[in-house]
This record gives sequence, C-alpha cells and structure tokens, in this order.
Amino acid sequence: MNPARKRTVRLVVALSAAVVLATALIYTSFSAASPALTPSQLLQVAQPGRSYIVTGTVASGSVHRIGPVLDFSVRDRAGTAAVPIAYQGTIPDPFREGREVVITVQKQDGAYVGERNSLITKCPSKYKTAPAGENQNA
Amino acid sequence: MAGLGYACLLLALGVCVYGIVASLYGVRNNRPEFCNSGRRSIYALALILTVAMAVLEIAFLRNDFAFNTVADTSSRTTPTFYKAAAVWSSQEGSLLLWAWLLSLWSSLALFLTRKRMRDVAAYATAILLGFGGFFVSLMIFYANPFSTTSPAPVEGVGLDPLLRFPTMMIHPPMLYSGYTLCTIPLAFGMGALIARRLDAEWLKVIRRFAFAAWLFLGMGILLGARWSYSELGWGGYWGWDAVENASLMPWLTGTAFLHSLMIQEKRGMLKVWNVSLVLATGTLAIMGTFLVRSGVLNSIHAFGGATLGVPFVCLIALLIAGSIYLVVSRREMLRSENRLDSLLSRESIFLANNLVLVGLCFVIFWGTYFPLISEAVTGQESSVGPPWFDRYTVPLALILVLLSGIGPVISWRRASLANARRNFMVPLACAGLTLIGLLASGVAHKTFALAMFCCAAFVFGSVGQEFVRGTRARRAMAGEAPPRAMLALVRRNRRRYGGYIVHLGIAVLFVGVAASSSFQHATEVQLSPGQSATVGAYHLRYVEPTASITPKYDQAHTGSTLSLGAVLDVTKHGRHVATLRPSEGFYASGNPAEGSVSSLIGGQAVSHIAMDGGITRDVWTAIAPNIETPTLKRIVSAGNAKLPPEDGAIALIYLARAYLHDPPPAQFHLLVSPLVLWIWLGGLIVFGGGLIAVWPAPSTVRRRVAARSRARALRGLARA
Repeated sequence: MNPARKRTVRLVVALSAAVVLATALIYTSFSAASPALTPSQLLQVAQPGRSYIVTGTVASGSVHRIGPVLDFSVRDRAGTAAVPIAYQGTIPDPFREGREVVITVQKQDGAYVGERNSLITKCPSKYKTAPAGENQNA
Repeated sequence: MAGLGYACLLLALGVCVYGIVASLYGVRNNRPEFCNSGRRSIYALALILTVAMAVLEIAFLRNDFAFNTVADTSSRTTPTFYKAAAVWSSQEGSLLLWAWLLSLWSSLALFLTRKRMRDVAAYATAILLGFGGFFVSLMIFYANPFSTTSPAPVEGVGLDPLLRFPTMMIHPPMLYSGYTLCTIPLAFGMGALIARRLDAEWLKVIRRFAFAAWLFLGMGILLGARWSYSELGWGGYWGWDAVENASLMPWLTGTAFLHSLMIQEKRGMLKVWNVSLVLATGTLAIMGTFLVRSGVLNSIHAFGGATLGVPFVCLIALLIAGSIYLVVSRREMLRSENRLDSLLSRESIFLANNLVLVGLCFVIFWGTYFPLISEAVTGQESSVGPPWFDRYTVPLALILVLLSGIGPVISWRRASLANARRNFMVPLACAGLTLIGLLASGVAHKTFALAMFCCAAFVFGSVGQEFVRGTRARRAMAGEAPPRAMLALVRRNRRRYGGYIVHLGIAVLFVGVAASSSFQHATEVQLSPGQSATVGAYHLRYVEPTASITPKYDQAHTGSTLSLGAVLDVTKHGRHVATLRPSEGFYASGNPAEGSVSSLIGGQAVSHIAMDGGITRDVWTAIAPNIETPTLKRIVSAGNAKLPPEDGAIALIYLARAYLHDPPPAQFHLLVSPLVLWIWLGGLIVFGGGLIAVWPAPSTVRRRVAARSRARALRGLARA
C-alpha cells in the first residue's frame, strides 16, 4: 500500500473510532442521566423506581433523625411545595434547614427515598454566610 | 484605606488600557519604544495590584469591618492565620487574587522574554493586559473588594469554618497560579499566530510557563482533594463536582501539550495540534474561573448568587472565535515537516497519550456541562453522576498509566523488535510478577485495581530501568559512585529525568486511587460510650465523650466556640492500634437576634476528623454529636432567655458538662481506606519531578559540564 493511501486509511479508521466512541458517550449520557427537578415538578411526574435529582431548600422544622435515617423535606426555592425524603448516608457538614440541597431520590411505596451518599449541600455562597432571614438554628 | 484600594483598581484599569494601546501601536508601526512601554505597563499593573492586595490584607488583619468583604468573611474570633487566608475567600477578594497573580506571572514572563520575539511579545502583552483589564473591570463594575459600609459593624460574620483548614491558605493561590499561568502560553500562542512567527522559538519561550502552569494547577487540585478528604466529613477526595472537573480539564490538555510539544521539537510535527492545545488550555482555564462565578451549574464550590456569567461568556466566546479564526487562517504555516514513520515509535505513543488525555477532557467536559446540553436538547435539565464518569474515565486512566510506562523506553521514529525486546523485558516482568502476586493474594475480583497495579508496576519497571541504564552509562563515562552518578544524570538531563519522576509519581498516585476506591471499608453507625463497631479488620470502641468550650481551648485551632467529640480506641485482632479523638466544632453565627447562647453555636458545624494514617491504610473517623436532646435544648433555651449576650459563654460550660455527664448516642462515620497516603506521596513525587524538570540548568553548570565532556573526549582521543 502506498504511504498516502495508508495515511488515508489510518485517518478514516481513527475518525470512525472517534465517531463510534462519541456516539456511545452521547447515548449513555442521555440514557443514564437523571432528570433534575424542583420539588413541585417531582410531585407531578415522579414514577416509582426511577431516579430523580431534586434541587431545593431544606424546609424549616422538617429535619429529624431517627437512628441512621435522616428525615427532611425539600421545598421549592420560591413556593411552598415540599417533598419529604428519608435519607441514609453521609451528611455534608453544611447541611441544615434553609440550605439549598441537591439529592437523588426514588419513589418507593409512595415515599421518597434518598440514594445513599447522594446528598449535596450548597453553601449559600462559596465562602459567605447565609443571606439574612435564613434559619441558622438547625 | 478603601479609597486607596479603589483608586488602585481605577489606576490599574487605566494602565491596562494604555498598555494594550501602546503595545499594539508599537508592533503595528514598528516603534519598539512603545512595545517596551506596553511591557512596562504589566510591571506597573503588578505594582498597583500588589498595593491593592496589601490594602485588603491589612484591612483583614486589622478587623476593619467597614470593608464589606472583611465583615462578610472575617471576625475578631477568626484565628489570625485564617484572617490572612480569608482575603481570597470572597468573590471580590478572589477576583483580586486572580488579577494580582496574573500581573505577577505575566511580569515574570515578559521580563524573561524581553529580548526575544519582540513582535510576538508585544501581542502577548496586549492579550495579557486584556485579561488583566477584564478582571479589574469585573471588580470595578460588579464585585468591588473595597466597597464599604458606614457605620462599620462592630463584628464580622467570620470565615466559613469549612475553610479553616491549613491547606486553604495555599490551595487557592496554587490553583489560581495554575489558571493564570495557563493564559501566558495562550497569549504567546495567539501572539505567534497574529505575528505569523510560527517557528520553534515561541514554543521555547512558553515551554517553561506551560510546565509551571501544569505544576501549579496539579498541586492546587491535589491540595483541594486533601482538603476534601480531611475537612468535609465524607472521607472522599474526588466527587466529580463541576468545579473540581473545571480545574482538571485544563490540566489534562496541558499534560497533552507538554508531551506533543516534544514531537514538534524533535520532528517538526503536530503544529496545528500543539497551538490548538495551548489555546484550548488557556480557554479552559478561563472557563474554570467562569464556572465558579456564573452559577450556571450546581456545585458545592460555586459562589452563591453569582452574577458574573454574562461577562465571562462574552470573553470565552471571543477567545474561542479568535482561536478558531487564527488557527484556520494560518493553517498553511502550521504544516508538519515530517510524517509519522511507524505506529511503533515514541511519536505514536505520545500521540496516543494525547488522544487519551483529550478524550478524558472531552468526557469530563460533556459530563460537567451535560445539564446545560440536556436542557438545550430536550428542554429538561438532567445530570450524570459519578458512575457515568467512572465508566469512561477508569479505562482511559488505565491506558494512560500504561502509556506513561511505554513512552520513556520506546525509540523515536521506528522501534525494532530487538529494541522492543531489550526495553520491555524488565517492565513486562514487573507487571507479570505483580499480577501473579496479586492473584495469589486473592484480589482477582477487583478488576480495575488489579489492572491498575499491573500497569503501575510496568511504569516502575520502565522508569527504574531508565534510571539504572543512565546511571550505568554515567558511571562508565565518569567513573562516579552510583548515587553521585545518578544525581549527575538527573542534573544534566533535568527535563528528561524530571519527566520520568513525574511518571513514577503518577503511577504511585493511581495505585493509591485504585486501592482506596476498590478496597475501602466504610460504615455509618450510632454508638453510645462503651459500644463498639467493626470496620474491615479494625474494631473501634467509643470510650468516652469529649467537650471543649471557647475558641481558646479549641484543639483544632479553628476558633470554634463549642467542640463535642469522642475518644475512640482502635484495635486490630485485639492489639491496640491507636486512640482517636474526632469532634465536631460549633461556631458563632454572628446573629445576636438568635439569643445569647444560640448565636454562639448557631453557625456552621464542622467535622474535625481524626485519623490514624499510615503507608498501608488510613483509619478515618468523624463524629456527628447530637445536641438536640431535651437536656441540651433546655440549657440553650434557658441561656437565651436569661443570660445577656456577654455572658452567653457561661451556658456553654453547662452544655459541655451536661454532654460529658450524660452523652447521647452519637453518629459515627468510620472508614478504613488502604493506600490513601500513596495519593499524597504520588503528588509530592510529581511535584518534585516537575520542579526538577522546570528548574533551569545554570549556565555555569552547563559550561562546566561541556568543558568536562570536551576534556574527556580529548583524553579519549589522545589515548586512542
């Protein structure tokens, strides 16, 4: 095979491999992704057994710990709709009432169960304290 | 003071504008005096921003709460060490740090290149001043670090306790140094494209800065991982968080560039690829900065209420459009001088390494920005989690480590079978023996770990072989003792052997990652004093509770007002291993309206982990004490009702006593993670190797070495 043809074949093979890999990447990202919803959206669309990522604020007075299970509600940032969640796993230090959290949940027997170690708490600001009015007593 | 700081910002903006105009006018009209004046603008910018930085630092150290930034992120009770670090803990302060470091590194780069490539340097000056002007403008128009409030609050809110960790003093400066250093190759690359000076000279100019950027960024990432492991109370060091990923992406493309650069130097190939990598790395560094400040993606690290998205998007769009235009319009000048001779050559391995690194970067980019992509495509925001990232990054990491072992020993241009046999025998033997040993010890079920250990053994074998061969050759030539010969070898070939040490460090680091992620034992358990838990082969017994009050007695020296913890006795097969004292620190909220006692403990609560670390494993413990018991709540309520604010600490004494007297069950997070120390050791080896590679060989040494070589050659000739 002459060198020019050899280079073309190599290029075609490399590009084909790249296209196949990119397609696999795109396909799996869409099939493996969990929808990110607000609590009010979750209440409307949640199907049993499917994972959802819920983003919202920890509702005041909703945090209770019973043994290893942490019960709390996540409410809309602006609004009153709240989803009660039972969670087991690592609790980030910044977790508290009024803080914005991101958690992966599944609907099981009508209740929302948080996936183990999926709870993420956003700092109100990376290094700033909470805005005025936020509950600091949790 | 605040006026002086703000005046510095205004002056800095003026200097940036002047410097850009002077540099461009000078280079366009062949007036070197204007180019020099533009370069000196960078020095002036560095000086002005140093004054601004000093003003802000002094305000923090003097508790000048008239500065909003100081009031928001510091307090009188914040330990002095952390007050100094709090400067860059706010959005405003971090922007100032970014601009300041940019001006310092740019000054160094332009000073060292003041007599080289004057036309390219003039364009680079204008681009670097453009970045400087952009960040100074952000501070003037969006996030002024010198904004004040009158009358000044008597007390500040305090630094977020999560940031009261020693490495936080150096983690942001390291990371920002990496980001800002990434813009220097970008500026020179764009300058070379604009000036159409695309010979090897511009690569020589930026090589050291590209390496420094890679080194600082890598160390910044590693320090962040260390902070996460030691401070965040979850026992992990990497969570595929958007902001973590944002810092990893330019590091990956930077690593690719440092390898493909060698192909261009040796063979004159991959010119388009190299310049594209330089531009991509700089742009990804700006994107990393943007991601923290835009609020477009969910991240625990992002600044809340961030409003700087639009200016950053404009800058990034400009960079991408400019880069594409320049590369496409200069493509004829970027043609390769040679072709790839064989797939079995060092060039091919470097190319494969580049493809894997860029592939990794693409995977991480896709996963990080997937919430935005999915929303744009389907109208529904979705996210991918760590399992998705692991699915792609784990095999790519394995290939990468393997390639880092093949690269050093394979020949340039074309490797023969004899060459391959000679060079790969030892590394393959190391990998084979490791595989046999591991299979015999029963870890075959952990495929990733098994493969990674074998790949790492291959790297140890290949790098070790290179050192042994080089030392032998040196001994044969100079008749030196082995240690001296090895030192001389490294000293004379810093870039090459520094690079090998970096490969060794990367292999050590990945062994730590593979072992700690595959063989970790973890448990979450609630214990009362006297009760025990078992984690792996270790037995942990809750011996007794601990309590300390006031920042003065805080054992972690982070200024917590109340600290509750436990004494844990760790044994293995009945033998005492360690006594650990994890605790949780409670901090003042700075909000007197909460009550005399609640305001003292109502702030952020932070885990102070306790760990028995070692070369083979870490026993890691964290505690979450329960302070919501009726007894403790009663004390807080009574204190809030009866005690004046200045006596609130009295109630803390009662709280501590009550906790010690009748400790409620506490929640423990217990981990036994093997080889975590290898991650940090690997990082140190990488850092050491990087320093060796980047350190300039003194000209006197070079001259002396050259003279010795000549003398030896002459003696050899005389003998012959």
